[in-house]
Amino acid sequence: MIRAALARLAELAVVALGVSVLVFLMIHLIPGDAAQVMLGADDVGAAQVAALRERLGLDRPLPVQFARWLWRAVQGDFGASIWTGRPVIDEIAGRAGITAELTALALGLALLLSVPAGCVMAAMRSSVSDYAVRIVSIVGVTMPSFWLGAMLLVLATTLLPGVAVIGYVPFDDDPWGHLQRLALPALALSLPVLAALSRILRAAMIDSLGQDYVRTARAKGVAEWRVVAVHALRNALIPFVTSAGIMAGYLFGGSVVLEQVFAIPGLGRLMVGAIAERNYPLVQAAILLATLAFVGVNLLVDLLYLAIDPRARRGSAA
Amino acid sequence: MRNPLLSIGAALVLLLAVCAATATWIAPYDPNGQDILARLSGPSAAHWLGTDNFGRDVASRILAGLRVLFAVSSVSVLAALLLGGTIGIVAAWRGGWTERVAMRLMDVFFAFPIILLAIGVVAVLGPGVIGTAIAIGVVYTPIFARSLRAPARLLLASDYVEAARATGAGTRRILLRHLLPNLAPVILVQASLSLSTAMLVEASLSFLGLGTQPPTASLGRMLAESRAFMALSPWPALFSGLAILVAAFGFNLLGDGLQDRLDPRLRGRS
Repeated sequence: MIRAALARLAELAVVALGVSVLVFLMIHLIPGDAAQVMLGADDVGAAQVAALRERLGLDRPLPVQFARWLWRAVQGDFGASIWTGRPVIDEIAGRAGITAELTALALGLALLLSVPAGCVMAAMRSSVSDYAVRIVSIVGVTMPSFWLGAMLLVLATTLLPGVAVIGYVPFDDDPWGHLQRLALPALALSLPVLAALSRILRAAMIDSLGQDYVRTARAKGVAEWRVVAVHALRNALIPFVTSAGIMAGYLFGGSVVLEQVFAIPGLGRLMVGAIAERNYPLVQAAILLATLAFVGVNLLVDLLYLAIDPRARRGSAA
Repeated sequence: MRNPLLSIGAALVLLLAVCAATATWIAPYDPNGQDILARLSGPSAAHWLGTDNFGRDVASRILAGLRVLFAVSSVSVLAALLLGGTIGIVAAWRGGWTERVAMRLMDVFFAFPIILLAIGVVAVLGPGVIGTAIAIGVVYTPIFARSLRAPARLLLASDYVEAARATGAGTRRILLRHLLPNLAPVILVQASLSLSTAMLVEASLSFLGLGTQPPTASLGRMLAESRAFMALSPWPALFSGLAILVAAFGFNLLGDGLQDRLDPRLRGRS
């Protein structure tokens, strides 16, 4: 168990380093002179461009730049915003929590509903329901969540006039208003994932219910609900948990887009604004931190997988 | 044992592809033409899907947007297939360090949430059609590399490739006669499923204002722009999103159905 976990940790450390290199290179892949592009207008003096280039360290050799950037990043220093001069990390810190909360709410909702949905759909299996499940889940997966959000918004404002469903208030100021405003985006965000996860769990449950150990459990007189909820579900959760990790990244991306629909001041809006202003240090830091968080979530999922599946603990967990 | 959903998916894709290809001719109005007096009207005989805030015909704009959506996603998914497929097959062929390094590199790209990677690429290249197409290509390259490497390895280790080698078949012959034809089903499934999600990525980027720029029609941007007057007329927002959904749904249904008919030995191993 420990060995397999450490091997995975080493693998992800390499990936994390690769991610950092790639994000670092972003600024160097900009066509043309990065400092000039960031300052935009053509009438900016050459002195100003040179000053920015020096401030960003763009005049040094690439490996030196990377080492310096990484060393500072590890200490939480991602540079200053090109426009406000504030440390980038401070601008992100205030926003990331909101996006993380929305992502977590949507994932929680999807996990909570997909387990019973998947089990019930597996138990009620028939050839007609096979098709129905397939169509519904594909519609769910291919539904643009920002469109679903917009449509829910139209419905909510028509059916519940006067109820605030967009915007954002901090939890400490107004806990109820806070949740009320996050309810619709969380719902819109979770539906595609709910559809995908229910289908995965249903398939795994059908597979698992056909196994010998389920037959044995039934033969020795274990109650049917126990057979489904304990014996079959535990095994079926393996592919489910693995995909839930991937879904976390998907949800995060969806949240970045949905914030635009519901006027939520999260990381997504910050990033889109930063791209428009060509504020690259901010964009770099946001992408790096979010991706590393996602890598961390996947590590957790892998560890969870090792805990659930005894087979993965032995041998070469590949 | 035919799967009706596969036929439905194929028919839907074909229908939309024809609509996208002939958009210029079958559109009832000029997508940028304005009928100021009929602004924000609902569906009617004159405007089947209604009009937007400038009085532009929604149906014609959707057709034009569909054309861009198809063009951008198919070009970039094709590029990703060529690049990623080559990486995956070369990795499987060479094995050893080449394989390890190539696949680690793909893992790095895989670590990014899709939208975030796409946003990053667009941030570097600048918003627009070209930036969006390259972003989608970058996002899907590792997906093809991964999904083709495993089956390519299986095939390369199979008895008949061994037999072909024994009879003196060269690299080219093994690749063209034995490997590619047998990989074709996997390629079709992956391309179809990737097209489905690539369309959602394109729509998301355009929705954020990072994709296709005006005056080129775009379903994602159309949805974003129509949100402002959704309370007055929900039709443009409803139909533009529905068009994205139907296009992505068609390709997903097709890929899903093809996956079912795929050679079971190559299925689900990645």
